[in-house]
Amino acid sequence: MPTEPTLRVLVAKPGLDGHDRGAKIIARALRDAGMEVIYTGLRSNVEAIVQAAIQEDVDLIGLSMLSGAHKTVGARITELLKERDADIPVIMGGVIPGKDHDLLKSHGVAAIFGQEVPLDVVIAKVKELALAHHRGSRGAD
Amino acid sequence: MATAKGKAPEPRPATADEVRTDRERWERETLDPTVAKSPDQNEIAYETRSGIPIRRIYTPEDTARLDYITQLGWPGEYPFTRGIYPTMYRGKTWTMRQYAGMGTAKETNERFKYLLKEGQTGLSVALDLPTQLGFDSDAPEAEGEVGKVGVAIDSLHDMEAIFEGIPLDQVTTSFTINATAPILLAMYRAVADKQGVAADRVAGTVQNDLLKEFGSRGAWVLPIDPSMRLVVDVIEYCCREMTRFNPISIASHFRDAGATPAEEMAYTLSDGKAYVRACIERGMDVDLFAPRLSWFFYTYTNFFEEVAKYRAGRRIWSRMMKEEFGARNPVSQMLRVACVCGGHSLQKAEPLNNIARLTIETMAVTMAGLQSVFTAAYDEAFSIPTELAAKTSLRIQQIVNYETDVPKTIDPLGGSWFIESLTSAMEAKVLEIMDKIEQRRGMVECLRTGWLQSQIAQRAYEWEQKVKTRAEKIVGVNVFASEEAPHEVEIYEVDPRLEKSQIERLHRARHDRDQAAVSAALARLEKDARGTANLMPAIVDAVKIYATTGEIMGTLRKVFGEYQPTTAF
Repeated sequence: MPTEPTLRVLVAKPGLDGHDRGAKIIARALRDAGMEVIYTGLRSNVEAIVQAAIQEDVDLIGLSMLSGAHKTVGARITELLKERDADIPVIMGGVIPGKDHDLLKSHGVAAIFGQEVPLDVVIAKVKELALAHHRGSRGAD
Repeated sequence: MATAKGKAPEPRPATADEVRTDRERWERETLDPTVAKSPDQNEIAYETRSGIPIRRIYTPEDTARLDYITQLGWPGEYPFTRGIYPTMYRGKTWTMRQYAGMGTAKETNERFKYLLKEGQTGLSVALDLPTQLGFDSDAPEAEGEVGKVGVAIDSLHDMEAIFEGIPLDQVTTSFTINATAPILLAMYRAVADKQGVAADRVAGTVQNDLLKEFGSRGAWVLPIDPSMRLVVDVIEYCCREMTRFNPISIASHFRDAGATPAEEMAYTLSDGKAYVRACIERGMDVDLFAPRLSWFFYTYTNFFEEVAKYRAGRRIWSRMMKEEFGARNPVSQMLRVACVCGGHSLQKAEPLNNIARLTIETMAVTMAGLQSVFTAAYDEAFSIPTELAAKTSLRIQQIVNYETDVPKTIDPLGGSWFIESLTSAMEAKVLEIMDKIEQRRGMVECLRTGWLQSQIAQRAYEWEQKVKTRAEKIVGVNVFASEEAPHEVEIYEVDPRLEKSQIERLHRARHDRDQAAVSAALARLEKDARGTANLMPAIVDAVKIYATTGEIMGTLRKVFGEYQPTTAF
């Protein structure tokens, strides 16, 4: 019986916003759910996030955004990942207006979770996306 | 107990012992039989958010040892438990000071005029993140962030435009600005100069509280020690030149980041202690600067605990200032408090429910006797407020002021057996936590080691678990949660074209000024920064000739470097 692989996730706070309550809770919840979590801390820029994600060989990038810069960041990060040939799924959480979800998805953001979404739902989706990436990037297990 | 003639004796006050005896009788004869048939629901935990148990009933037994004169005292006198002014709201209503700011100076000026017209009595400016962090609107770091969470201020031109048509000798303005507080204070003073208002008549506040940025809010720039130096520079400068201006508002954002109310008060008062020590170390007399310290706290829907928190806070601070720091001026001992009702307590689900939450919170802070109130907006979880949401919140304050009895008497909950008991319990808990911080050599050390940040993250996680397991119940969220999507509200959207127009303004400002003079001013600032001078004079001179926020902060970054955040969670 193959054991469940250890999934690696990068949780990031891109841009200038300093509200990290949610990001830290998500990071800890994912760790408690058995994943390896790297947290970038505040003021990480998109280039550094992508660099770290590739270097750390993560299966998913989670972005925490509350400052209204989500459209800029969403477009830039998905563009940069494509440029680097890194097919890592990106999810976003925080304060992101519903009317911007379609645009973000069209850029390639895999899922967007408002602050009202239960943790269990977030964890399940992260597992699903990360597992798919993990299996995809390593060939058949 | 009737006499032989059937006439009841004259009532006389029961002693605490008599009350206890009769309470025990009540419990035996009335309470216990009821509880046997119909026990407590225990649907919610019978304790405050700080973990203080809330008993079924409070009686004179709970205040039997309370000394009115020394523990409560009188409004306007030590220890200020009941209020810091003798007449409180009968003499002067609390300031209705709604946080506002967005886009460029023009939008913000319009919103300010609107709010003043609708009855707001003080201004409170929200700055965008580039301004808070000392980046000009055309900096790469600023992309997508200009004007989003507040107004963009790149140069004195923007500050002038924000206050166009607003006389600075007739309003008081609070700026939620920290790392770049020296810059914005200098700009505000320059606007006053142009309007012909004397510096010592200018009234307002800059938040200027860097310790809480490191601990919970995240809008730091420089490392801890140079940040402290600048905080003290601003305090020293105002004590000398802008004597009506509050150079600091020591703030409790720890609460919104997850701390309990008792921790909130303890961490914030401990920050205050650190600043008092820093000012004393600078050589300032405590009775010179302490009267200018002001405070900012959060209030959520835990109504009674909030009232007790503020009463306890006033008592603790006044005693500490008097006994530990030797302050003799009563104003040095007073906790002058502004607050926000809102923050994390406001929910995204069924946003109109937040109007009820905000009302409860506004009642709590006015019954607690605070000086300045910001009632946040019902669309808090979505975006910065629409005009309607902002007005509705102002109306909440006005309704409390005009349609309730709250302002008619001082400390209306004073003397309540519950409130006095809870005040004393909060005091004990806050002091216990403050003591822990002292054992760890004060707040600065607690921040350097990351202990404080980890305490807060732990508490935030615990709250999340309580919500998940329904140990804490939030209406519309984990009880009575609607099956449908969260109720949508019209939300405010910052026009994305404003970023471009702000950048154009900035470029014009740089083009039109005397570049040589600006370079010289920045060089002088750098020299002062590498020395030990108070940096305010150099910053004041630089802003007057239109040096930008980014250039000034950039100079300081060059000298002092930047704080390195932790990646712990």
